Amino acid sequence: MASDDLWILGIHMTKFGKHPDKDMVDLASEAVLGALADGGVTMSDMGVIAAGSLMAASAGIGQQLQKQLGQTGVPVYNVANACATGATALRVAMMAIKSGEADFGLAFGVEKLAGAGLLTGGSRKDDSGVFTPSGRYGAVAPIDGRIGTEIMPGVFAQIGMEYGHRYGGTSFELFARISEKNHAHSTLNPLAAYSKRMTLEEIMSDFMVAYPNTRPMCSANCDGAAAAVVVSGAKLRTLSLEQQRRAVRVSASVLTTDPWEESCQILPDVNTLTRNAATLAYEQAGIGPSDLDLVELHDCFATAELVHYDNLMLCEQGGAVDFFESGAPWRDGAMPVNVSGGLESKGHPIGATGIANVWEVTTHLRGEAGPRQIEGATVGLTHVIGLGSACGVHILEKSAA
Amino acid sequence: MAKQIPLVDYLLLGEHPHLVAHECTSCGARFFDRRNACASCGLTEFAVVDLPTEGEVRAFTIVAFAAPGIPTPFVAAMVDCGGTSVRANLINVPPDPEHVSLGMQVRLATEVVGTDDEGTEAIGFGFEPKEG
Repeated sequence: MASDDLWILGIHMTKFGKHPDKDMVDLASEAVLGALADGGVTMSDMGVIAAGSLMAASAGIGQQLQKQLGQTGVPVYNVANACATGATALRVAMMAIKSGEADFGLAFGVEKLAGAGLLTGGSRKDDSGVFTPSGRYGAVAPIDGRIGTEIMPGVFAQIGMEYGHRYGGTSFELFARISEKNHAHSTLNPLAAYSKRMTLEEIMSDFMVAYPNTRPMCSANCDGAAAAVVVSGAKLRTLSLEQQRRAVRVSASVLTTDPWEESCQILPDVNTLTRNAATLAYEQAGIGPSDLDLVELHDCFATAELVHYDNLMLCEQGGAVDFFESGAPWRDGAMPVNVSGGLESKGHPIGATGIANVWEVTTHLRGEAGPRQIEGATVGLTHVIGLGSACGVHILEKSAA
Repeated sequence: MAKQIPLVDYLLLGEHPHLVAHECTSCGARFFDRRNACASCGLTEFAVVDLPTEGEVRAFTIVAFAAPGIPTPFVAAMVDCGGTSVRANLINVPPDPEHVSLGMQVRLATEVVGTDDEGTEAIGFGFEPKEG
């Protein structure tokens, strides 16, 4: 292992779902204590802490965790970056190690969102008084619902539909079948918020939130946390052989934002920044998409999963429909995607998501995924998108030790 | 006739209602909102340009949730107006996938979306099918 390599030493996620009896610090503590124990280290070893939470970063969730687990005085970075929050926290911890400021870093992500409903759009103040233009559009009344939609299921519905318009082959049923796959995968994941298999008919006849996304085709708001301990290659060499054997190499860590594209002010462009992140990640890792054994990508909606097959270059450009139709992204296919159940079924506690997907891939690379193990997995990729936008991609490789 | 005001300042009313955009004089990027600088090239000079009133639906969704007072379901869409993408609702068409399709040809239409305490009407815009 090269000295400047970065490794996941310990990692843990809580069960995703409803945790009415636990607050965010409880959930984060469970994830962090689990990750420390998994890595055979303690809070006093950590040289830096990156704390991800969309809802609680501004409340100093990192220091709140220290108050429970150990006030060691090390720097804490509280991180919020939309749905890329967890991946961003992980990257902050790794950047601190790469800069030489720390040997060990702790990153965690936590959120409590069970029952939260729609997170954007769908609200406005009353129209009353006298119309007065205000804001950057000179609007005299709220525009959500009057000039398009700001709700996430609707935004991502259009992203999938736009792909269908460009390349053809999409339909309500096709998007529903993507969801059917992820719900089927979740039946093997005891940590998923929902682990019930759903038939195609059940998915298609459920409540239509924003055509073509019905409710089970939307990511599940839930509570949960995940945490990872990262370590430099130089430090890992001084640890036990067992720690070295179970460590997983981070062979690429990339964060991008969306470059300007003609239509991006109208409909967020989640494609270009994902493609850019994937290109950089494959370069950093020195591999290509065909080398991947599994992928956990950001299926915040069924319509989003389709476009990311293409953006992550798991298929030819324009070939995402054929890729899905070939059966490739099923767990027994050529390129298993979201064997955890994905955001639609495992759940999406926003700050935790970008570390939980690393936990999933790490667990497969260690050969510890039990009944849902992808046999012989040696390389995997994780991807998250936060609208606004931010894209995090990590490539992970099994230890050669 | 009641006094009228556009819902947003990039809708120009009058005999031929149409949308306008701020076009970067350097790179040609177009924006509907007030700008501090161009997101594409960073320069700060803009000219106001008229947009075509006809276009093609490049993406749509049929939305079941909205704030109180907004009729649901409604169709939200991205319309390509001569190379400029416009966000709008599709109006004067039943909100179901049998009547709305990708590639559909549409034209700008206006409608009253509210009235204030002085009786002034807010005029919004959407796109309606060109045929039928």
